[in-house]
Amino acid sequence: MTVDPTSETPPAAPSSPVATGGGLATLSVEDRPAADALPLDQREVVFDCEGVGVRYDGKRALRDVDLRIHANAVTALIGPSGCGKSTFIRCLNRMNDLIPGASVDGAVAYHGENLYHPQVDPIEVRKRIGMVFQKPNPFPKSIYDNVAFGPRVLGMKDQLDDRVEQALRRAVLWDEVKDRLKEGALGLSGGQQQRLCIARALAVEPDVILMDEPCSALDPISTSAIEDLMLSLTNEYTVVIVTHNMQQAARVADMTAFFSVDQGETGARCGVLVEVDRTDKIFTNPAHERTEAYVTGRFG
Amino acid sequence: MNTAGRIAGERAGVAVRESLAGRRNRSVAAGVFLGYLLLSTVVGLVALAVLLATILHDGLPYVDAMLFTNSPSADPERAGARPAIIASILVAVVLIATALPIAVGTAVYLEEFAPKGNRLIDLIELNIQNLAAVPSIIFGILGLAFLVRGIDLGPVLLAGALILGLQMLPTVIIASREALRAVPDSVRQGGMALGATRWQVVWREVLPAAIPGIATGSILGMSRAIGETAPLLMVGAATFVSFNPGLLTQYTVLPILIFQWIKLPQEMFQGLAAAAIIVLLVILVAMNGFAIWMRNRYERKW
Repeated sequence: MTVDPTSETPPAAPSSPVATGGGLATLSVEDRPAADALPLDQREVVFDCEGVGVRYDGKRALRDVDLRIHANAVTALIGPSGCGKSTFIRCLNRMNDLIPGASVDGAVAYHGENLYHPQVDPIEVRKRIGMVFQKPNPFPKSIYDNVAFGPRVLGMKDQLDDRVEQALRRAVLWDEVKDRLKEGALGLSGGQQQRLCIARALAVEPDVILMDEPCSALDPISTSAIEDLMLSLTNEYTVVIVTHNMQQAARVADMTAFFSVDQGETGARCGVLVEVDRTDKIFTNPAHERTEAYVTGRFG
Repeated sequence: MNTAGRIAGERAGVAVRESLAGRRNRSVAAGVFLGYLLLSTVVGLVALAVLLATILHDGLPYVDAMLFTNSPSADPERAGARPAIIASILVAVVLIATALPIAVGTAVYLEEFAPKGNRLIDLIELNIQNLAAVPSIIFGILGLAFLVRGIDLGPVLLAGALILGLQMLPTVIIASREALRAVPDSVRQGGMALGATRWQVVWREVLPAAIPGIATGSILGMSRAIGETAPLLMVGAATFVSFNPGLLTQYTVLPILIFQWIKLPQEMFQGLAAAAIIVLLVILVAMNGFAIWMRNRYERKW
């Protein structure tokens, strides 16, 4: 049985009721450009962020982020601690809504639709824009039930077994768990748990996968497995990853955005986007001095 | 090695030995403290052992089929505790049907849905804490004024069970909230990130994960209510009931029957009381044991 996820044919476009409604209904799988067919900057823009900022309880944590994220590519967000890269990635699927006191300003356009328009339902947003967290967070139930959770709550109950298998195959976990789908997910290793979380996100057939430092709790071998997985995912998905690890960004990302911390006159620290460009340019010939200082290890 | 070096080495050895020897008075203090701790433990254990031994000695000869099948009687030869045992079981059923859902619902609302920092919510939380500290006799007075007379339920089993349920609420709410809080936030975030609503995440993930803790707290709360006497005296639990009680009849429960029997002059009734205490103890130990077993069986390390 092959485990090469790139050889899997993508499942039929979700014509289920969840794909309709809201201002986001125009999206479908067929609209996606073929992977690697176009140069990066000509591919479809998935996220177009303008002047995005975040405040926690009135205190500004991030300001003025202008950033475009292209389809079928890996975009890495790097920068020192406190630069707001995790805060930013949580703006892309409205997870910041869940933090009391957090408020987002500016505009995040997703396929041209403002995610923060009052008529947009954050639940609908999160169906399309999946997220994987820093620490693997499988539910305390079986491997199967973990992957089936999303389809079940979203009413995608037809051919659930196939859906679960597809997701696990794409997350390159199927061969390791196919004989113990009914066993508890907490018995898996950390790397397997993280791939299970990725499978869980894939099972609802999202358009984008956000990953917030997905390898920071994993050993090098598991990290390598997740990185390979990220690359293979760009055939069907758009991937945005926050990482502390510059080598990781260099290995997996097509585009890299460098965030840093500005200290205001009052001493308040606030995250800013310094520069975004093709990864090779960021690491070899960055336009900003601050980026160069960071990627060469002289700062942060 | 030269002589000077050897002497220096021996001196250093002596110094190390002395420094390692420690101070005697410190070990004396430690010993005294350890003795005190042991004594404290022994006092509690001995008291419990004496109590149990006395009860078993007095009561075991009277634990027989008649105790479970017969009604209380003025004739100690024929007296049993059947109506009280049935009433205690009925009370437990009413507690499960009324207090438990209300307590768990309250806990889920306060933990998962209530807006944080809201004045009203803070007031409710403060009141629940306070409610846990209210003496049980006060609950009895409330039951008498509100249930027995206020809505004219009369001195029936339902009124007593409801008031025990009210008394049990804060304990179960607090235990359930602890159990819900022990479910890590990453589970909620993970569910929400998949496009589930808050309700779906709570119903499908958070609540099931918290069930063992909630069940443990509930059983402990219930076992306290089953052993309770004071509020039931206030709401008019009868002392002599010879028929099988229903929800809307007069009733007596095991603790009150024990109280009644101990007051009687005949010596046989003392033995019967001890036997009823054994029955009550077995029920309570079984409930608590089940709670502990559940906690150990389903306890999860996150």
